[in-house]
Amino acid sequence: MSALLDRRGIVFLVALAILAIAVPLLNALPASSPFHISDHLVPLIGKYLCFALLALSVDLIWGYCGILSLGHGAFFALGGYAMGMYLMRQIGPRGVYAHPVLPDFMVFLNMKELPWFWHGFDQFWFAAIMVVVVPGLLAFAFGWLAFRSRVTGVYLSIITQAMTFALMLALFRNDMGLGGNNGLTDFKDILGFPVQAPSTRIALFLLSALALAGAYLLCRWIIASKLGKVLVAVRDAESRTRFLGYRVESYKLAVFTLSAMLAGIAGALYVPQVGIINPSEFAPANSIEVVIWVAVGGRGTLVGAALGAFAVNIGKSWFTGALPELWLFALGGLFVFVTLFMPRGILGTLEDWHGAFRARRRVRATDAAAQAAE
Amino acid sequence: MPRIRPFLRACLFALGLAASLALGPAPAAADAYTDALAVFSADSFSDTDAAVTAIAASGHPQAEAVIRALQDGRLLAGGGRAFIREGAALTDAATGETLAAPPPGAATVRLNNRVRRTVAAALGSLTLLSPDPRRRLNAAAAVFKARDATALPTLEEALAREGDRRVRAAMAEARAAILFSRPDSNAAQRMEALDILQARGDQDALAILSNPPAGIAPEIAAAAAGAADAIRGRLELWRALQNAWYGLSLGSVLLLAAIGLAITFGTMGVINMAHGEMVMLGAYTTFVVQELIRVHAPWMFGGSLFIAIPLAFLVAGAVGVAIERCVIRFLYGRPLETLLATWGLSLMLQQAVRTVFGANNREVGTPQWMSGALEIGGLALTYNRIAIVVFALIVFVVLLLVLRYTPLGLHVRAVTQNRRMAGSMGIPTSRIDALTFGLGSGVAGIAGVALSQIDNVSPNLGQSYIIDSFMVVVFGGVGNLWGTLVGAMTLGIANKFLEPYAGAVLGKILLLVAIILFIQRRPRGLFALKGRAVEA
Repeated sequence: MSALLDRRGIVFLVALAILAIAVPLLNALPASSPFHISDHLVPLIGKYLCFALLALSVDLIWGYCGILSLGHGAFFALGGYAMGMYLMRQIGPRGVYAHPVLPDFMVFLNMKELPWFWHGFDQFWFAAIMVVVVPGLLAFAFGWLAFRSRVTGVYLSIITQAMTFALMLALFRNDMGLGGNNGLTDFKDILGFPVQAPSTRIALFLLSALALAGAYLLCRWIIASKLGKVLVAVRDAESRTRFLGYRVESYKLAVFTLSAMLAGIAGALYVPQVGIINPSEFAPANSIEVVIWVAVGGRGTLVGAALGAFAVNIGKSWFTGALPELWLFALGGLFVFVTLFMPRGILGTLEDWHGAFRARRRVRATDAAAQAAE
Repeated sequence: MPRIRPFLRACLFALGLAASLALGPAPAAADAYTDALAVFSADSFSDTDAAVTAIAASGHPQAEAVIRALQDGRLLAGGGRAFIREGAALTDAATGETLAAPPPGAATVRLNNRVRRTVAAALGSLTLLSPDPRRRLNAAAAVFKARDATALPTLEEALAREGDRRVRAAMAEARAAILFSRPDSNAAQRMEALDILQARGDQDALAILSNPPAGIAPEIAAAAAGAADAIRGRLELWRALQNAWYGLSLGSVLLLAAIGLAITFGTMGVINMAHGEMVMLGAYTTFVVQELIRVHAPWMFGGSLFIAIPLAFLVAGAVGVAIERCVIRFLYGRPLETLLATWGLSLMLQQAVRTVFGANNREVGTPQWMSGALEIGGLALTYNRIAIVVFALIVFVVLLLVLRYTPLGLHVRAVTQNRRMAGSMGIPTSRIDALTFGLGSGVAGIAGVALSQIDNVSPNLGQSYIIDSFMVVVFGGVGNLWGTLVGAMTLGIANKFLEPYAGAVLGKILLLVAIILFIQRRPRGLFALKGRAVEA
């Protein structure tokens, strides 16, 4: 069994730890300092961490099991909605209409009582469970149907896309009881701490970093285990694995469901940091963008997924600020460039170079040794 | 004008006196007619109203011309005389003499809504006797709408004389409407009217039957209710047919959007996410063609779509071939990567169009011959929808023939069924790939021309069709155009039948869920390829 932590993983976790320590410290510096990280930057980096976690969950199924889901944004958004519902209930009577129980949008829509699925969301523990249970259940039901009838490849990708599209349409409806196209917003506090406060934001940021590290270790553990070996076998030769006696659909279903839960957690951490969740998170384009993060960073490396999420989103933040016209060209070009010229992504390409460099050095060293011996 | 009315009245009196002295006694009909004409000068709504009825009843040959002029605001009156204005010239309504300029004090006769109704009813009953059958038909329809009992004698006279079958039927319906609604009809008349109204069976007849006059016999009321129910049932049937038509038309749109996708996906197993953008390029080609025509040759506007169709095919096809040569051919055997790369291309194409043409919707005109609607029974079929249905079927048949009877089609089918074997037999598979991709994209461009007629032409045009097109292809199966046809029509019709019950959005969601479930049963669509090709 390969080690739980390879060198790549150690570098990643150390980098994450440095980030997690450095951001709060630099944030605590006085504003005049050149290294100061302003308050609005902290949730931005926290958001990137959530995206990295989402990318990680996609890489787990795409990179290691060959399931290209174009609907992972749906699981992310469902986790986000679960958290959003908790945050809505926490507003209590402080809403614009000051209704003791009903959130503002329900008063606005003339609802008389809380819909049944809103009960329980005033408790954090319940919401926290729902964050993983709801995406997990959906993924389980969807995967059970899809994998059992051997829907694979592009067909699976297309119907995952249809799934997230259908959910988007559904949540845009006002009578779903989830806020319609405005979604859930105007959050006040989480577990008694004000959501907007810098200290809460630091805490959420640290939690995101912790969740990312934990998820990485979990994925690494799965990959390194026997389960992981079977997953890779499914990716590379599904029929052969089946003929060897493995129940391919069970393996796929398990890892798909787990991946959806991770995506749900990412969404739950994302919502309090950006302060809103609305149906546009379900847009098929978002889910495809997640896949490109993974492809850019390096598919099947886990670390690469996180790296890609950071790289693309930093690029996006910069582009949409500086050259909004060109962002879609850049993103589209990235899709084409990466698939054509960097099939192993940034990380894979870097490691290839590194490997080639080391191999050359080794050759040179042996040559030198041979010459010395002569 | 009210200020000078006393003066006019005085003039009227003087003139009336002078006229009667000068002309002496006149025939009775002409008398009633001229008397009524004189009343217009009083410019009082109730007098005008009475005068209109009197003129209509007079049977004077000029009666219709006068009332029509009144309706159009071309009737001037003053000093007891009425004049009809035709362009610049004035004609005296009583004597027929032509005047160059209106006499002093003559003013246009004013109308209010009550007078307008009387005018419409009078015209209806007057034109019932017109020699032109089209006008008689319109008059009968007007009488049907107005249900004015005073028109009944004229109507019955017209009915007795009528030779044209359609006009007769319309007049009989108008008569039935009057007889049924008139309070003093007897039971036999009502029952007869009821039968005729039920036979007519549209919304208007339903309105008459469901509001019977007060105090009619209970058995007639019951019969009317029964007839109304029968009409409702029939209208329901028409509505279902109308829905089926809407579904057919949506299905044609889906067919147009999906058929190119089915070709590329079927042949190469390539999911082209930029397919929707090819549709968009076709729509923008139409826009550019129309702009050029508008500037340089406005008389050709009616034919703009026929110029746009081949151009859209060429533009989208060329872009498709370029995409295949530059990107997709390096990614064969890696369908998921192809999907991502073409998605990237679609983003770039969208942004490119947005940069060139702007983010707003562009106006694409509809040629004259495509506006209007055809009415069959209770169905309203708009010409642009008919054009799209016909066009989609033509494209489908042409593609079917191309694939069946041309060398290119033969090669495409061979590559679809077994790429390696086709290659071994000397078919240039990679050139076929490029041509197929060009063909599929070109057809998408043609679809764009059609969609530009019914949808907004914006950079996002393609995005709204891509998921639907995929659903069609996934549902219908690949490698067989019939699958696409059946898939598109099924989805279109199912969508339109779900809409009234579930609402547009929920209907669409239900359909998506149904397709996801359907895939479970038949993972490769309705018309799946069988045999070895499946695993290839």
